[in-house]
Amino acid sequence: MADFEAVIGLEIHVQLATKTKMFCSCELSFGAEPNIHTCPVCLGHPGTLPVSNEQAIRFGIETALALGCEIAPRSIFHRKNYFYPDLSKGYQISQYDIPLGSSGRLGEVRIHRAHLEEDAAKLSHLGESGRIDGSDASLVDFNRGGTPLIEIVTEPDIRDAAIAREWLQLLRSTLRQLGVSDCNMEEGSLRCDANISIRRRGEPELGVKTELKNMNSFRFIERGIEAEIARQIELVEAGGRVDQATMHFDPASGSLTVLRSKEFAHDYRYFPEPDLVPLAPSLELIAEIRAALPELPETRIERYIGELGIPGDAARVLGFDAAAAEFFEAALALGGASPSALSGWVTGELAAALREAGHAGVGDSALSSSGLAALAGLVEAKTINRRTGREILVRLVSQGGDPVAIVEAEGLGSVSDADALSEIVDRALAAQPKAADQVAAGNQKAVGPIVGFVMRETKGRADGPEVTRLIRAKLGLD
Amino acid sequence: MSLGAELRALSLTEAIEQIRAGRFSAVEYGAAYREAAGRDDLNAYLEVVAVREGEQPDPSAPLAGAPIAIKDIFCTEGVATTAGSRILANYRPPYTATAVQRLLDGGASLLGKLNMDEFAMGSSNENSAFGPVLNPWDRDRVPGGSSGGSAAAVAGGLAPAALGTDTGGSIRQPAALCGLVGLKPTYGAISRYGMIAFASSLDQCGPLTRTVADAALLSSLMEGVDRRDSTAVGIPGGIAIPNRTDLKGLRLGVPRELAGEAEGIEAGVRAQFERALALCEELGAAVAETELPNAPHGISAYYVLAPAEASANLARFDGVRYGLRVADHQSDLTEMYERTRAAGLGPEVKRRIMLGTYALSSGYYDAYYGQAQKVRTKISDDFRAAFADFDLLVTPTSPSVAFKLGARAADPLAMYMSDYCTVPISLAGLPALSLPCGLAAPDDGGPELPVGLQIVAPAFAESRLLDAAHAIEAALGFDCAAVRREIGVEGARNG
Repeated sequence: MADFEAVIGLEIHVQLATKTKMFCSCELSFGAEPNIHTCPVCLGHPGTLPVSNEQAIRFGIETALALGCEIAPRSIFHRKNYFYPDLSKGYQISQYDIPLGSSGRLGEVRIHRAHLEEDAAKLSHLGESGRIDGSDASLVDFNRGGTPLIEIVTEPDIRDAAIAREWLQLLRSTLRQLGVSDCNMEEGSLRCDANISIRRRGEPELGVKTELKNMNSFRFIERGIEAEIARQIELVEAGGRVDQATMHFDPASGSLTVLRSKEFAHDYRYFPEPDLVPLAPSLELIAEIRAALPELPETRIERYIGELGIPGDAARVLGFDAAAAEFFEAALALGGASPSALSGWVTGELAAALREAGHAGVGDSALSSSGLAALAGLVEAKTINRRTGREILVRLVSQGGDPVAIVEAEGLGSVSDADALSEIVDRALAAQPKAADQVAAGNQKAVGPIVGFVMRETKGRADGPEVTRLIRAKLGLD
Repeated sequence: MSLGAELRALSLTEAIEQIRAGRFSAVEYGAAYREAAGRDDLNAYLEVVAVREGEQPDPSAPLAGAPIAIKDIFCTEGVATTAGSRILANYRPPYTATAVQRLLDGGASLLGKLNMDEFAMGSSNENSAFGPVLNPWDRDRVPGGSSGGSAAAVAGGLAPAALGTDTGGSIRQPAALCGLVGLKPTYGAISRYGMIAFASSLDQCGPLTRTVADAALLSSLMEGVDRRDSTAVGIPGGIAIPNRTDLKGLRLGVPRELAGEAEGIEAGVRAQFERALALCEELGAAVAETELPNAPHGISAYYVLAPAEASANLARFDGVRYGLRVADHQSDLTEMYERTRAAGLGPEVKRRIMLGTYALSSGYYDAYYGQAQKVRTKISDDFRAAFADFDLLVTPTSPSVAFKLGARAADPLAMYMSDYCTVPISLAGLPALSLPCGLAAPDDGGPELPVGLQIVAPAFAESRLLDAAHAIEAALGFDCAAVRREIGVEGARNG
C-alpha cells in the first residue's frame, strides 16, 4: 500500500470592510434590497470609469504587511476578460503580473501573493437546476459588484486538511485584528478555494492539482479537502490518474462533483487597465502603515508563551481572539494573579460562562477586568476555592460587582481554620467507614464520598486539595 | 439675408460678444441653429435637442447661452446616446459626461447629438448604424471620421461649434476634410468620464470649430482634473485665449516621415502644405526638417493597441443591463450574447473586436500587444527627441482631401491610412490641432476641397499650440466657403 502525502495551497478572497466600493462611491452592503447600492460605474454603463478607493489600497497594504509580504513599489491593475452576467463590464479589474504584495509568510505557510481586485455581482438562478444552464431565469444583484477584495494565495505548504483549517483561522483572526474585514464565511466576506494534489511521500515533484471551490465554513473546508484527498488517493491506487479540474464539494452529501475540466479553461486575455493610474505607495506611507500595525495573533501567541509562560492552548485561544486578549491583559496589568492562572480563567471558566449567558464576548457582559483580576487572586491565594470562584464569576458576568466584597458579605471564604477542618474530616471518615477502608486499600477514587461529606458540612467552602491531603494523612497514606 | 443666417455666419466667439453687447439674445441665437439643424440634409444630427425647460441663458456666463452640438459618444442624461451603434439605439444614459457638463456649466445649451462612425471606429463616417454623413463642401464626399457629424454640422452652418473625440485622428481628420479647426488636447487634459470608450489609453475629447479662438474657448472650459477620471490631470496653467499674430522665435520642425517622405500624400495637399510652411517662415518661424524614425510604424501599432482595448471596452454591450437584447425564451446565455452582438454591432466594430481579441490571446500577446507597446514607447521617444530641438512640429493632417463616399469602404487598409499622419501623435499622447490652410483639387479630379495643416506641440503646451495656430490662421485668411454657401450668406466671411 503506497504512502501518499497531500499538497495543499489556498486561495482566499477577502472582502475589505471599506465604506464604499473598490472603484465607485457606492456603499458596501449585505442583505440589502437588490440593486439599490449601484451607480453607473458599478453597473458598467457606457462611458464610466473606475477610480481606486484609497481606503481599500491602504487596507491592502496593511494586509500585505501583516502577512509579511514585500510591497511592490509600483503595481498596476489589469483587465481580466470574460463574459458572464455577474460582471458588468465584461472584465474584472484585478492585478496580474505585479501584485501589491508578494513573498510573505503567516505561521508555517508562505504567502505567494496578495493582490487587490473587485468582487463580481451576485447571481441567483430560479428553477430546478440551481445553475445558469437550465434555469428558468437568472437574477443579478449588483449590490455586491465592485466590493473591494484582497486575494491571498499561499504557497503549497499545507499537508493536511486540519492544518488548512487551523491556518485559515489564524488568517481570519489576523485580518480581524487588522480591522480590514469581518471575515464572515457565511456572508461570503471570506471565501476559500483549495488547490489539492497528492504525491508519494518523498517524491519531490508535485502531482496534478484540482481546485476545490466555494467552501463556506471552516468545517466544510476541512471536510472538503479530506474528501478530495481521499478521492485522489483512491483514484491513483486503483491505477487511475488525477485530471486537472475544478471541483465542487457538497457538504450535505459529502460528495464531490466536477464543475469544469481543463479543456474549458478560460483565456482571460489580461492586459493593463488603461483607465487607472499605477499604484505606487510611497516609502513613507508604507513605513507609516507598518508602524501603525497592531500586535498580530501570531506575535501575540509567541509572546504569551515565551514571555508570560502561558500554556500553549490558552495562548492560542487568546492569540486568535483580540477582544479576549485585551481583557486578559487589562486584568493582568492590575496585578494580583499570575499570567497562567488568569489565562486559564479567561479561556476556561469565563469563556464557558459567557457561552452560557449567550454573550458573544466579554464586552457584552457586566464583568470588569478588575473584577476578574480580584477573583483570580482570591482563588490563587486560596481565600476561596475554585468552585466558589466559578459561582461568583457567573454572578459577575450577569450583574458585575466586586468579588472581595461579595466573599466578605456572604462569608464565602474557605474554611481555612486547620483545626476546624481536621475535625470535620474526622467526622467524615467516621461517617463513611466503607469508603475510608477502600481509600486505605489504595482505591483513590473512593475518596469522593468522604470529600463530598466535608463539602456538605462546609457548604462547599473547603479547599478540595487540602481536604484530600488531610484524608490521606489521617489514613496514614502519605 | 435673414436674421438667422446673419447670426449663423458669426464665429462662436463673435456671437458671444454680440450677445453680451445686446445685439441679439442667446435665445434668438439658439433658435437660429435649432431651426437650421431641424432642416439638416447632411445626416449630421441624430437628434436635435429642444431648449430644456427652465433653461435660462446667462449672458455673463463664458458661453452666454450659446448652443453647442455634441458627438453622440458623450453621455447626456435622459437624452439618447448611441455612439452610432444599433446596440445602443434606445439607450438613455442616467448621467452626463464631465466634458459636456462643464460646457453646460459654462453657459452652453445642448443643441443636439451628432452622427459618428460606430463607437468612433472609422475615418469616413460611413460606419454609422444611422447612415453616412455628407460633406457640405461636396455632398458626394465623406466628411471624414469618426467625428464626421461634428465636422459636417459646423462646416454646414448647422452648429457654431461641436465636440468630437479623437483616438487616432477622429477630430483632426474630419476637421481637415471639412475646412475647420480641430483640436485634440494632450491625453489627460480633459476628463473622459462619460465619453463612451473606444481605446481608453488614446481617447481624448476636443472641439471642432470655425476658428482657433473658439477652440481655445471651449477647451479652456473643459480641461481640468476630474475625480471621476484618475487619468484626467488637466493642463497646468490652463488654456489662454490666443492672441499671437506672428511666429517670431518659434522653431517649427517638419518630420520627414510624415511629410516629404510620406507615401500617398496628394499633390494638392502637398502644395498647400508647402505654401503654409512658407507662410510660417514669413511670420518669423524657423522652419527645418526633422525626423520621427518610428512614426511610420504608428498605424501598425495603433491597429493592435486600439482594437485590443476596444475588445474589452465593448464587452459590456452584452444585452444584460441596457441597450439591445436579442433573445427568445429558448435562448441560453451564450446564444443571447451571440445574437445580441451579431445584430447590434456593425462590421467594422466586429472586425476590430476580433483583431483585438486575437492580439490579446494567450500565446499571441507578446508578439502583438507587447510589441505594439514597445513601438508606442519608441514613437514617444522620437517626439521627445524632436521637441528638444523644436517648439512645434507641422505635418499635413490628412494625406488626401475629402474622398468620395464608398471610395475606401471596401478596403479597410486604405481607410486606415487616412490617419497615417495623426496616429503617431495619438500614440504619444500629444496635443495637435488641424488648421484649414487652403483648398486643393483631389487627385481624382473635381472641385477644390479643404486641406488641413497639423500642428503638434509637447504635452500640455496647448497654449503655445493655439497661439501659433492663431497667428497662422490670421495670416492665411482661410475662407470657409461651405459655411457661407450653406447659410446663404455669400460675401460674409467667417472668423
